[in-house]
Order: sequence, then structure tokens, then C-alpha cells
Amino acid sequence: MTTLHSAPRFTLIDGLKGTLSTALGDHLVDAHEEHGELLLHVKRDSIEDVLRILRDDHAYQQLMEIAGADYPSRAERFEIVYMLLSLTTNSRIMVKCRASEDTPVPTVTTLWPNAGWLEREVFDMYGVLFAGNTDLRRILTDYGFEGHPFRKDFPLTGYTELRYSEDEKRVVYEPVELAQDLRQFDFMSPWEGADYVLPGDEKADTPPVDDPKVTEKPSDTGAGAKTDKHAADKVSAGAPAEKDGGEAIDPPEPTEDRAARPKRKGKTTDTAKATETKKKKAPAKRKPAAKKKDGK
Amino acid sequence: MSMQLEESPTTGDEVITNYTINFGPQHPAAHGVLRMVMELDGEIIERIDPHVGLLHRGTEKLIENKTYLQALPYFDRLDYCSPLAQEYSYVLAIEKLLNVEVPERAQYLRVLFAELTRICNHMLNIGAHVMDVGAMTPNLWVFELREDCMNFFERASGARMHAAWFRPGGVHQDVPEKLLVDIGEWIDTRLPELFGDAMSLVLDNRIFKQRNVDIAVVSKDDAVAWGFSGPMIRAAGIPWDLRKSQPYDVYERMEFDIPVGTNSDCYDRFVVRVKEVYESAKIMKQCLRDMPSGPVASDDRKVAPPKRAEMKQSMEALIHHFKLYTEGFHVPAGEVYVATESPKGEFGVYLVSDGSNKPYRCKIRPTAFSHLQAMDFMSRGHMLPDATAILGAIDVVFGECDR
Repeated sequence: MTTLHSAPRFTLIDGLKGTLSTALGDHLVDAHEEHGELLLHVKRDSIEDVLRILRDDHAYQQLMEIAGADYPSRAERFEIVYMLLSLTTNSRIMVKCRASEDTPVPTVTTLWPNAGWLEREVFDMYGVLFAGNTDLRRILTDYGFEGHPFRKDFPLTGYTELRYSEDEKRVVYEPVELAQDLRQFDFMSPWEGADYVLPGDEKADTPPVDDPKVTEKPSDTGAGAKTDKHAADKVSAGAPAEKDGGEAIDPPEPTEDRAARPKRKGKTTDTAKATETKKKKAPAKRKPAAKKKDGK
Repeated sequence: MSMQLEESPTTGDEVITNYTINFGPQHPAAHGVLRMVMELDGEIIERIDPHVGLLHRGTEKLIENKTYLQALPYFDRLDYCSPLAQEYSYVLAIEKLLNVEVPERAQYLRVLFAELTRICNHMLNIGAHVMDVGAMTPNLWVFELREDCMNFFERASGARMHAAWFRPGGVHQDVPEKLLVDIGEWIDTRLPELFGDAMSLVLDNRIFKQRNVDIAVVSKDDAVAWGFSGPMIRAAGIPWDLRKSQPYDVYERMEFDIPVGTNSDCYDRFVVRVKEVYESAKIMKQCLRDMPSGPVASDDRKVAPPKRAEMKQSMEALIHHFKLYTEGFHVPAGEVYVATESPKGEFGVYLVSDGSNKPYRCKIRPTAFSHLQAMDFMSRGHMLPDATAILGAIDVVFGECDR
């Protein structure tokens, strides 16, 4: 595939995949190239050894990032991806391993001091444990937060919300209450494998009736001279005439600050004036514009 | 934490214990919501434990629930001092997955505005850094320039800060010719005059040097090991710039120099940023000189929307527009890590696509995370007021650090 995009172009070392595959040997599970980037999938327990080999023997000096990802359908649901950068050979690779909730990943804080926070973040967001990290506290979430928010089964809205309570004069935590449902639109086309019944599709399963309704003969349709004769008939009796609405209600007492105002006359139900249409006056005839004198 | 008793070195009749203070979360020199638990021995910093995450909004999770285009404006809101530089990594990551070609004019425009963003960002950082160590005037002057940059962004995109102007396949809209003329004039006249004036107050200033020279010296090896990038690694004497070494768009056609520090202290980090402003101006001039005319977005209608006028005439265009703004485009399955040289360092996006119209996973590599982590080791043994200088030289913004 020819490269059309203009994303960062780093050096693609010839045969890098082969070189690293032989160097890593048994540690390696899979190596493949994709979009000009090399991805190494290694065994979880040997991640520290692998990264040490890559750093010391293959000049990947910098650990730029550790990313977590969650694939709940897998047996080992988490993927931990290490982005390595070589300043001397100008090359990048990604190394990844898999883990589940209760299988710790060996820490790499022994290799790079900045791995500490990066591992803390993956732990905070996904709950992946790093064996050997001495400071595995939460980092981004609130003090006292429970759960791991970036897991796919953690709801987008979370479980608690906080607000300042005027009564208690402090911030209080409460369960989330949504005034409106979170709207999630589904753009999956039916022919792309939607796993639910589309509205109307359930009718496809109902068996055909014995006597299907047809309109092949005029008598089937119910139309004809007989129907036309009754077309003008009234079907219902029409709306009943309105009756008096009961006892008249007196106008309200004037309120305190309007004591001087006279009491309103008439009934509150007497609103004829408001509903009657005004009599139209004939529009005044316009005078024809006087002819201007010549010149200005 | 162990409280250590130690004897006073002079008199012997006073005993001073180490004590712990909170620096932040509301501190004007903390550059946002940073809380640092500092353990002090008198005024000497013994240990710093930065607590980040007070501005955590779960951007990455939100992105997973949006289409690729809807997720774009989140990137403006990460590092709100250099919005377009964040978008850059994201659109390049999408383009890499899609393998879509970007027209030349769009590439020039993106480089032009990325560099304008760099100037805009450095104006804020330089001003804030100077103010953190006690000078008021230069900050007011460089904010004038920052205001000019904001006006340029507004004229290009309609928004002063959160532009959302870079799009997969190009940029959202072409710029008026007059804007390019005005930017060119601004680079030639206003920027060097005002910025030069402001810097003449600072660079040789005795107090400024006393506060910054030899503060937080980081060796080359440490800078590499701690994952430094951007001006932080360049100040350590390593000429590493992604625009040069891993060029994207039309950066490889640009001629510019990489300023490198010699002493790797806060002063060097400051000067590297000052020099970078002039280099950015150089790049912008070349962009203005060489920019061709032509389309500003890809003609692949499955990625970039058609022109509005075309929609009035063509049913096909109308359908494309509707589909792009409701369902969005589908990105082929795969995963990429794309990093660009943002004003603060390497800003990376690790994008995993499962072939649908929403990113399966979008991990953002903030620049400040690694730098701030080194805060503890950089400021150990320094005085408490040096912490503000160190923090200013890191150039940290919490929208990005906490995501």
C-alpha cells in the first residue's frame, strides 16, 4: 500500500522485525508490522527482560508512554502497551503484553524512573497490578474513588456525583441521577451484523393466515352504489351544547397593597369581550399623493 | 512519613523538625490545579509529592463514546494554551489509519498555524515564568502578542481558543488572503519589536539570572531516562525535535534551527523557548512564501465533507454531508501511535480502531506527565522559592496533564 498520509515519518530500519524477533526469542508471542509501525506482543512475565534488552542492546532509550486498553471479551482482558523511542536510530516501536485483573505485570520502574506514574495511571484507570512498583497509588481520580473508570463495563456517567450542599456547608457525594437519559446512537447497519431485532422484523416470523384479505373483486373492497348512498349520513349526534358552568364565582378580594383600587365589576367567567371579534372598520381611503410641482 | 529530629548546627539550643506544607491546589504559581506536598527542612526542599488529577475529566473515555469528528474538539480543551497543536496529533493519527492524502495547501496551513500556536503558547509560558520569579512588565507585553495570535485564530476559525480547525483530511475552511498578509506583516514588525523589547528586560536581568541559572540542572542521561521531550530535552543539550527527525506534513521543506541548551538549567529552558519563537517565525515566513493555492481538504468524500455550494446542486454531495455529520466516517481497524512536536514537547495519540465510527481506545500522551514526575528529583535540595521557577520552566498545563 502506498503511503498517502503525511503523519510523522520516522526511520524504518530494514529487517528490524527479524532482528528483534531473534533477539527476543522465547519471550515473543507475535510480531507484526502495521501502518509502518512495529508491534511486538510479548509474554507478560518477561516484559521487564524484553524492555531491558530493547533499551540496552537496541538503543530504545526512552519510554514515552504506557497505555492500557480493555477488551472484555478476552480471557486476559487488559492490554498494556509500551511506546519506546530511540533517539539515536530515530525509530519507534510498540511492545505489548496482556493481563487480567489478578495477574500482575512486572514493573519497569527498575528500567525507567518515569514508568512510576505511567504504571500508576494504568492501575488507576484499569486496575492492572504492577508487581514491584512500590508506589502504586491512584493518580488521576479523586481521593477515595472506587472502581476503575476506563474499563469498558464502567458507565460513562460514573456512579457518584458531587455538589456543594448549602445546608451542610460542604461538598457532598450522591449517586448519579440523570434528568435525561444519556443518548447513545447506534449507527450499525443491519447488514453489518446488528445483534438485535429491527423494528418490524418480528412480523417475519408470524405464520400466514388462512383467509388473506384481498381486494380482487369490487365486493371485497366495500365500495359501490350502496356505500355511496349512505355517504352523507350523520354517524354521531355531534357535540352536546354547553351548559351553564354552575355557580358564579365572585371576583377576588383586592390584595393589600392595592387597597385603594375599586373592586372589579362583573363575573370572572364573563369574558365575552375578550373572545368576541372586533368589528372591522372600513379602511380609510388614502388620499392620492399630491402632484409634485416641477423641479424640486 | 517520618518526622526527623535534627540538631541546629549553630546554637544547639533550638531543635528544628522537618515540616510538610501544601503547595496548591490554589496557588498562583502552580499554573493551575497542582497540589504538591512538600517536605521542607527550613526552606530546603527535601521531597515533593505532586498530586495531579484535580482536573481529570475522563477525556479518553468521552472520546470512546464519540465519533471521530465529534472527539476532535476535546483536544483543544486538553492543553488550552496550544489548542491546535493537540489537534494535530489526533488528525494525523486518523489520517494514518485511513491513509488519506492531504492537499498541499492544507499541509502548509496546518504548519503555519501550528507554529503560530507555538508562538502563542510560548508567549504565555515565557510571561508566566518571568512573573513567577518576580517581574511584572514583560508578562503584560507578551500578552499583547498572545492577543494578536488569538485574533488570527479567530479570523481563521471563528474561535479564539478552541478552534477545532484541523480536520481529518485537511483544515475546516480556507483562510482569507488578507489574514495571511496580516500574519506576514505581524511577523516582520510587531512580533520582533514587542517581543524583543520584552526579552531585553529579562534575558540579561541580574535578578532573573539569580533565580534561574543553575536551578534544577538535569544531566543528559537523566533527561533521556525521565522521558523528557520538547524544550526540556533540548535544554539538556540533546538536539531532538520531532519536526526535524520525524517530519510530518511539509516540515521537511522548512529550514530552521533547533536551539539547544548547554547548562540544562531553568535559564536554558527559558532561552530555548525564546529562541524557538524566532525559529517559528522563520517557519511561518517560509509557509507564507511557498503556500500554493488549491483545495484545503481532501477530496475523498468519505472523509471530508463537500462544499456547501455543491450540496445545493448535487444529491450525492448532500448524502455525503448527511452521512459524515450523523454517522461519521468509519476507520479501518488497526492501531497507531502518532506523536508530534507540540510546544511543550512530544504530544502523542495512541489510537485503536475496531473498524467502527468511534475510536475503540484513544490514549493521549501528555507532555507534562513525565516532566512533572521529575519535579521531585529536580527540586530536591533547592529552596522553596525555586520550586516556582522549576515549575515555570517545565511549562505545565493541567488540562493536558490530567486529561
